[in-house]
Amino acid sequence: MADGLSFKNEITKGLFRENPVFAMLLGMCPVLGVTSTAINGIGMGVASSAVLLSSNVVVALIRDLIPEKVRIPAYIVVIASFVTVVDLTMAAYLPELHESLGLFIPLIVVNCLILGRAEAFASRNILASSVIDAVTMGVGFTVALAMLGAVREVLGSGSLFGLAFVHEDATTMLLFIMPPGAFIALGFLIAGVNTGVRKARAVAAAARARAVSAEPAAEGVR
Amino acid sequence: MAGDYVTIVIAAMLVNNLVLVQFLGICPFLGVSSRLSTAIGMSAAVMFVMTIAGIATYLIRQFLLMPLELQFLQTVAFILVIASLVQLVEIVMKKVSPPLHQALGVFLPLITTNCAIMGVALLIVQHQYDLAQTILFAIASAIGFTIALVAFAGIRERLALMPVPKAMRGGPIALVTAGLLALAFMGFQGLA
Repeated sequence: MADGLSFKNEITKGLFRENPVFAMLLGMCPVLGVTSTAINGIGMGVASSAVLLSSNVVVALIRDLIPEKVRIPAYIVVIASFVTVVDLTMAAYLPELHESLGLFIPLIVVNCLILGRAEAFASRNILASSVIDAVTMGVGFTVALAMLGAVREVLGSGSLFGLAFVHEDATTMLLFIMPPGAFIALGFLIAGVNTGVRKARAVAAAARARAVSAEPAAEGVR
Repeated sequence: MAGDYVTIVIAAMLVNNLVLVQFLGICPFLGVSSRLSTAIGMSAAVMFVMTIAGIATYLIRQFLLMPLELQFLQTVAFILVIASLVQLVEIVMKKVSPPLHQALGVFLPLITTNCAIMGVALLIVQHQYDLAQTILFAIASAIGFTIALVAFAGIRERLALMPVPKAMRGGPIALVTAGLLALAFMGFQGLA
């Protein structure tokens, strides 16, 4: 791939190709646990992204100071500190959201996504690319949570962002705000997104093939 | 009094099943459930770590954090205890059973980031259990995790032989299957 594409490459990586939820199935516990409404999903996504960004920055800065053998415990301490900061901040300023996310706020510390990015990316790259990595991964994670939250809220409670669009007494598919619905909705959402991504890639490949068909020699390079 | 203990066990094992109702420990649930034998090994490791971690975090909270009024350090303290325990289990397993160690591969260090362990430690704080209840709750939760993981692995072994639509292969069909399993577990609602 050409050098000029690498920045764009980074961005599409987090959002689509390596989306933590849809492509890699990472950090699934909060994804399933808190997404009964779209607001909860976004709140959780933003909280996790804040921790991911701060810990990626710190890990990228101190990566040369940490001995190889104790790097994982060191990363965990960094992450746990930021989770505590986020936890206390949310308890002070957003008590309602903090209440409804409950156990899953302190559990950000064990989200495989965050430790995974610290270990796989921030520990090997300079600050600037670690920041970009954290932002794109965080946005990808938040978008996924918001999508699942929206689907479950629409189907399960007949509302979106707390605004009801069905009659009070209307029967909604309660299953979708209960645990089994989380699994089922996420399964179909992943299938849908992955099919979309695959189709888009096929279209892009076809366009590329058409562009180079003038010079058949280039065909083999693809 | 004995009734309380029975309630804790039933609730932790079935009604509030860690994986299928509380969504804790989804990563190993999806990750190591494609073969029954690895699922059983993983469950054993989780059960061991969970029980010891439950006791250790309880003692640390009671005798270190509470007297010093350092409860805000709870998250940091708990995760460090759990991380060191996992290291210990890994060293022991490497020595005692190398094939099992090889089979569990990358997931053993990942028990550290298994939300189930940390989740149980935090739930114990939330429920304000005493030491006996803590031990019971940790073991019962681990059994609940084992039931879910082993049942799911059994289903997935069969699922691997089925013709699944292309879009649903891998993760999606596993999630839908887990959803149906969770639906079955909703039948336990109201037991305790």
